[in-house]
Amino acid sequence: MGGLTSNSLAIDLAGLKLRSPTLNASGVLGISAPLLKRVYDLGVGAVVTKSLGPMSRTGHINPTVAEVEGGLLNAMGLPNPGVEGFMEELRELKWDGVPVVASFFASTIEEFQTSAKALCGAGADALELNLSCPNVGGESGMCAADAISVERVTSAVKKVANAPVIVKLSPNVTDIAGIAMAAERGGADAITAVNTLKAMAIDVNFRCPILANVTGGLSGPAIKSVALRCVWEIAEAVKVPIVGCGGVSNWRDAVEYLLAGASAVEIGTAVMYHGFEVYGSVNEGVARYLRENGFGSVKEVVGLAHRK
Amino acid sequence: MKAVKVEHVVQETPDITTIYFPRVDEARPGQYYMVWLPGVDEIPMSLSTIGDPSSVSVRVVGDATRALSQLKKGDKIGLRGPLGNGYTIKGKHPFLVGGGTGIASLTPLAEEMAAKDIKLTFLIGARSRDQLLFNERLSKLLGAGLVVSTDDGSEGFHGYASNYACDILSKGGFDHVYICGPELMAVKIWVDADKLNIPVQASLERLCKCALGLCGSCAIGPYRVCRDGPVFDSVKLREVASDFGKRRMDASSRMIRVDH
Repeated sequence: MGGLTSNSLAIDLAGLKLRSPTLNASGVLGISAPLLKRVYDLGVGAVVTKSLGPMSRTGHINPTVAEVEGGLLNAMGLPNPGVEGFMEELRELKWDGVPVVASFFASTIEEFQTSAKALCGAGADALELNLSCPNVGGESGMCAADAISVERVTSAVKKVANAPVIVKLSPNVTDIAGIAMAAERGGADAITAVNTLKAMAIDVNFRCPILANVTGGLSGPAIKSVALRCVWEIAEAVKVPIVGCGGVSNWRDAVEYLLAGASAVEIGTAVMYHGFEVYGSVNEGVARYLRENGFGSVKEVVGLAHRK
Repeated sequence: MKAVKVEHVVQETPDITTIYFPRVDEARPGQYYMVWLPGVDEIPMSLSTIGDPSSVSVRVVGDATRALSQLKKGDKIGLRGPLGNGYTIKGKHPFLVGGGTGIASLTPLAEEMAAKDIKLTFLIGARSRDQLLFNERLSKLLGAGLVVSTDDGSEGFHGYASNYACDILSKGGFDHVYICGPELMAVKIWVDADKLNIPVQASLERLCKCALGLCGSCAIGPYRVCRDGPVFDSVKLREVASDFGKRRMDASSRMIRVDH
């Protein structure tokens, strides 16, 4: 429960009252209630589920991951039990009082709305729209590259959701600020930036791509500077709060995101390097930073680096 | 990712093959590699021999295991690992129970124990005599310390390894139990050992995708078999008792019943 004795860590994210500004990134440990409870017990403000689709999917065959310098490539292919198949886990989490951000994806407006209703109905505290998985081809992947689609999907989900809607964006676009503005126009309550960077790895012995899906998404320290720049540009363009995501491995990374304009950060790949404990140690470090620099709350540092 | 060339292949039983390759890393009994066959799959395999050469032993259950079992000398495989916690040697009189291919991961443990002059008993079980993995290798190593059960009675005790294990345990004298094999066998032996207050280490199997502790596909309770396991002690087994021997996640992470 690192740092949680200090209430300086508490934040308000689009109306969501969180005890700390850390969350797990979607796709990391988010598939079972007991694993997410273990993450919550380490101090995160809320947990984020694996992205749930309208139907169950088994995802791609292995290798679905490849370690590269400074990070990790993955092309899991959105394996998930479907929104309905996850209901029991969601209820278990809510029963235990864990704030849950339900990540979900779909390929039609109707499916987005049906899923949003079902997830809100089961008690999701917020929704995270995954419009940006780079690993599922034409089916339901990169709608985040198109401002008009982002606005349409966001506003359709907003119409039926009775919980805050967070739109997760892709860095694989020319103008992420433009996409963020489209999400805001659609009524997004917050924006998560960013999903993984499209990338690949080749094995020299076998002389072939390592990932069965050929390409995948890069995460980890290697993408931090890119993701930080995305958060910066989005912060200059929209008013809604931002959740920073990409390569956060320690408190310093987290504080950089806060200063760039994020109100919270999601942490994923760092679990591979530092274990579950990374959540507690980031919170502790952020609390210490606030204390040592005379700040009373996370809110006071959000976007500070933008001062002219 | 390391690429190694297969040194030789041994057909152990009609459907179990051992693939030998040069040692690439130090490893402990109970650890596993993610074995990659480009274009086919990447699957977790416990080490069935630790040393040079090392090996994995595979039973054909699907496409990836069939492709593995058809490897020839000189073929290349990719290895990621060794991964997982492995067994911890404890006790003066350990009892090992391996069922089917579960014998594979316990054999290097038996060898390490024997090298340390620990007096162990190893029960290996299979459906029939021709399905018994490493019968000869273990018999040479352990002599009377090796006991056998077959479901059809073609060698040793006639019946399930779990029933024979229960008989052997109740006679007393054991201070630690190691289990690897079908989960319904493992859970039964764990329950029996627990009643006798004998600590257990059991190697569990779940669907491992990333094997890095991130994706959660191998979750059992609050643990990840790939990173927190695959070996679970009595304390952790108690924590996952609502899943162990009962339910597991399929490839879409939907909960299904454990049926073997």
